[in-house]
Formats: sequence, structure tokens, C-alpha cells
Amino acid sequence: MIPAPYRVRSRRPDRADTVTLVLEPVDGACPPFLPGQFTMLYAPGVGEIPVSISGRARAGGYVQTIRAVGAVSRALCHTPRGSLVGVRGPFGTHFDLARAAGLDVVVAAGGLGLAPLRPVIRELAAHRARYGRISLIVGARTPDALIYPRELARWGRRFDVRVTVDRPDRAWQGPTGLITGLVGRIGVEPGRTCAFVCGPEIMMRATAEELLRRGIPADRIVLSLERNMKCGIGRCGHCQLGPLFTCLDGPVLGYDKVAGLLEVEQL
Amino acid sequence: MEPIVLDTLDPLIEALRERGYAVVGPVVRDGVIRFAELGSAADLPTGWGDEQAPGAYRLRARGELVFGFAASPDAVKRFTHPPRTSLFRMRDGVPERAPVEAPKVAILGVRACDLAALAVQDRVLLGGRYPDEAYRKRRAALFLIAVTCAVPGGTCFCASMGAGPRAVSGFEVALTELSGPHRFLAESGGERGAALLAALPSQPAAAADLEAARAVAEAAAGRMGRRVDLDGVRERLVQQRESPIWNDIATRCLTCANCTMVCPTCFCVTVEDGTDLADGTAERTERWDSCFTLDFTELGGAPVRASGAARYRQWLSHKFSTWVDQFGAYGCVGCGRCITWCPAGIDITEELERLR
Repeated sequence: MIPAPYRVRSRRPDRADTVTLVLEPVDGACPPFLPGQFTMLYAPGVGEIPVSISGRARAGGYVQTIRAVGAVSRALCHTPRGSLVGVRGPFGTHFDLARAAGLDVVVAAGGLGLAPLRPVIRELAAHRARYGRISLIVGARTPDALIYPRELARWGRRFDVRVTVDRPDRAWQGPTGLITGLVGRIGVEPGRTCAFVCGPEIMMRATAEELLRRGIPADRIVLSLERNMKCGIGRCGHCQLGPLFTCLDGPVLGYDKVAGLLEVEQL
Repeated sequence: MEPIVLDTLDPLIEALRERGYAVVGPVVRDGVIRFAELGSAADLPTGWGDEQAPGAYRLRARGELVFGFAASPDAVKRFTHPPRTSLFRMRDGVPERAPVEAPKVAILGVRACDLAALAVQDRVLLGGRYPDEAYRKRRAALFLIAVTCAVPGGTCFCASMGAGPRAVSGFEVALTELSGPHRFLAESGGERGAALLAALPSQPAAAADLEAARAVAEAAAGRMGRRVDLDGVRERLVQQRESPIWNDIATRCLTCANCTMVCPTCFCVTVEDGTDLADGTAERTERWDSCFTLDFTELGGAPVRASGAARYRQWLSHKFSTWVDQFGAYGCVGCGRCITWCPAGIDITEELERLR
């Protein structure tokens, strides 16, 4: 339960309220992580929150993207370069890319949900030949809320990347509306497709249902859930969803395991 | 070691103290029976009993028994999983683990339901991938002396849960209070218990003493104020997730969290962070939390379980259904505290029956 001291190596504001930090351990190397895992990030004296890992920086250290929504995330977003924060983890289940080998892959991200999927996309790109067709569909409230815009452009040269926004601005020329609207455009072959989905719960459910309707089996639709977490190790009890501890059994879970639970309001 | 008969408990208390234990036992305090450090056996609530009912607890003068009462609002939990503990202090960015306080405590008068609850918490806090080493230390520093429940309360249902009224494991010594003449049958549950008993003035137990002790437990099992039918309860609570009964309970439930605070198995915690302005250190404290609070599921500024119905459903379903999925046992031992200390008198045994 004791966080290890990490130094903020770099701090890059992505958007008005979103910051990407590179965090390096003060002593030793940071433990390895798998795509979809998270750490508990501690802003000294303020508090601790779960944050997904978005990658490993070239010089080592975790890349983590944080949106300022509460006291702790705000403090973390405002942590200047060179300051210390605390890190515990990595924790939780991961997106199992071995199961996607030989299959078409749909990656669906809503808003900040792109952050935990970034290591998935980078892995797909690094071993492009292992996978079939790769489609990345991304939704955001407004063009301003899109994270990693430069990487999205770069990924667009290698995969089928489609981005939609709910509320376009004048400069927006892409699709508008919900991300479910993009599912129909990517041409899914259900027998040979798997999907990795992360975003607001309502977006994940709608996307999973749309993929299910197109014949992708529920166990090949994989979600990353978000719940209140105080420990990350199955002890605080906050993240329970029915029988699951989201921190231990999740956050990455097959839709076959969670569809029935997410259907129940306020479970 | 063979069971023995003790005339009085003072030599037992003295022997524990000689072994370095602070001896804690039930005493009358604040209008209830609570655990506190004992000076001698005279501090025990001899002649006191309790009346427990949904939302009601009253002390009553009752006969000659030393242990003539049921579960008190205090469980052993606060010695093993304290309400508040410091986790670490951070100076100049470097966290220092707070020392674990694990005093040697002997608890005299632990009931079978509380021993069962400790076994449940052992599964939760020690059985997983991240065992709680502070809990392990505090647990190992305890010396538990069980007492067979002779007078179960009106809200008790340990017999239904297979958790009592007689302790069968998890203790060093188990006592059964016998009358005519007044005496205690003492059985050891481990080497430490046997060594302690061997050092006490005693007589060997006769067959009649063993028979009398069995009769005490049997009579108590027959006098449980409540019962629960566990048959199918785990599956039923899954099927009843959308039942209108949850809304009905929510019209009475104040979501005050009393039930979770007195529950001997509830383990949920939260952490509090702060800084000391004087020396610039940051400190993290862990404290008991309750699934009845709105903060418990707060996510991006709004609670996942916004309604009282959802929060009550979580609590009851956890105890009797998802706890089994998670830890292979029920999260309830039938102590009845949540019924007694619910200000609205909500009775989980009754609600489970309605959810049938």
C-alpha cells in the first residue's frame, strides 16, 4: 500500500483539461506493464486515483494521461516537471493481444478511453503482420476533446482510422454523431474479428451491442471498466460490480462476463 | 489436553497478564456491553443481560450468569482491522511505512459468531493475492478465549449460518458457563491454550460437566431469535436484482451505515490524505468505509449507486451472494448486530424471506 516515489520527467498538456505525464522511478526501473493495466497515482497529501498506463517512454518510465475532473486528478495534472508523485502498481487485467493474432481487430475508443488503448494500438502497429485488418474508431464530444491528435493522424496512415464527434466545430469535416455509427462503416467480418473497447460505460455498452448485432461473439468483445478505487488490490471494496472486483478481475473484461452486470442499473 | 473445570476466572486473567497480554473482556459501559480492558473478573458484567430486537438494545438485570448476554456492538474486528490506522508518512517525497501496532491482547468472552467472522476476514484479508501483513500481525498477537453463548439475543441467527452458538475452532481456550454449582468448563483449542490451562488451579471435567456444556449449547441453538433459510439464497439474490422490494426497503433505510459499522465481517475501507502544515509531511490514513455512503462509488463527480435501493441491494447481495463468489463463504455469521443497531429496525432475515 506504500507508493514508490516517481519523478515527473515531462508534462505535456494535451487539451485544456488533459495532461500527459512521463513518470520515472526515483530508484530502479519501473515494473513491466501490459496494455490495459493501470497504476494508482498519488498526489502527495491530496490523494490517489487509478490511471491507465498509456505507454512506456523511450527513455523509460510510464506515460500516463490524466483528465482534471476531481481534486486528485487536478493536482496530478498541475504537477510541474521535476516534482515527485507516488506510484503503485501496475494492477489489473490486460488486453490480451495474443488472442487477436490472425484476426481482424477493431479498436473502439470514446474520449479519454483512447489512453489505455494506446499501448494496444502501438503493439498492433509494431507487429502489423500478426493481425488481419485493423480498424480504429474514435469518438469524442468535441474536436477539442480528442486526445493524441498527432498520433491519430500517424495511425491513419497505417490502419483504417475513423473519428467522430458529437458536437462539431466549424472546422470539423469528419463524421458526426455516436461512435456506434462508425461500426457499420468499417465492414466487419464477424467470424474473424475481435474488438477492444474503452470509453464511458454507455459508449462501451452501445458499441459492444452494435458489434454483437454484427455477429462478433461476446467473448471476443473486450471492455475496460472504470469504477471508484481506493486500493487497486481488492481490499477497499469500492470497485465491486456484482461478484467482480474491477481492480483484480478487471478492468479489462470480456463482454460475455459483464454484459448482464452492466444491464442492471446502479449495480 | 482434557477439559477441565474452573471455579473462577481470576487465575486465568492473572495468568494471561503474566504472559504479557492486556486482558480485554465484556464490561458494562455507555449503557451497553462493550469490550474494555479488565482489572479482574469483578469487572465482567455478572448478572447483566441484554434484550435485543430490531432497532432496540436494552440492558436488563438477569440472574447470576457472567456471560448471560448476546453480541455486543463491539466485535473482535476492531482489534484486528482497526477503525483507523496510519499507512504512511511522506517526507520530502519519500514515504515511510507507519509502524504496525500489534499489541498482545487476550480477549475473554469471544462468541462463536465473532470467531466465525474472524475466519471470514482471514479469507478476505489474507487469502488473496495481496495479503494484509498488518492484519496478520495484529491477528497473531491475539489470544482468544471463547465463551459458548448461553443466552442468544432476539436478533441472533448464528445457528442458521452454522457459526454458533458453540465455538468449535479458532480459539485458544473455550469456556462454557455452567450453573448449579456455578463453574466454567474449559477446553483448549491449541497448544498455547493447553499450556495456559495446565497452569491454572482446576479439577478434571466429569462426564456430567461435558454433558451440561452440550446442553447449554443445544438449548441456546433452540432459542435463536431469528433464522435464515440459506437454500438457494445466493442464486435468488442474483435473480432478484431488479425486484421492487429493494425500493420498498429503501423507503425505510436511512443509508446511515450503522449496519456496516457493527458488522464483524464488513471489511471495506477508504483512505484519507492530508498534509501537516508544521513540518510539510504528508500522511495517509486508512479508515472503515461503508457501501451505504454516496462517496463510495463516486466516479467523475457522480455516484454509481445513487439510490438507497442500489446501496442496500449491494450490501445484502454481497453478504449472501457475491461474497460466496469472491471468497467461497457467506459474508454473514448471524450475529444479528445489523438488525439490532439499525435505527429503522430493518431485519435482514425478514427481507431475505421477502425476496424469496
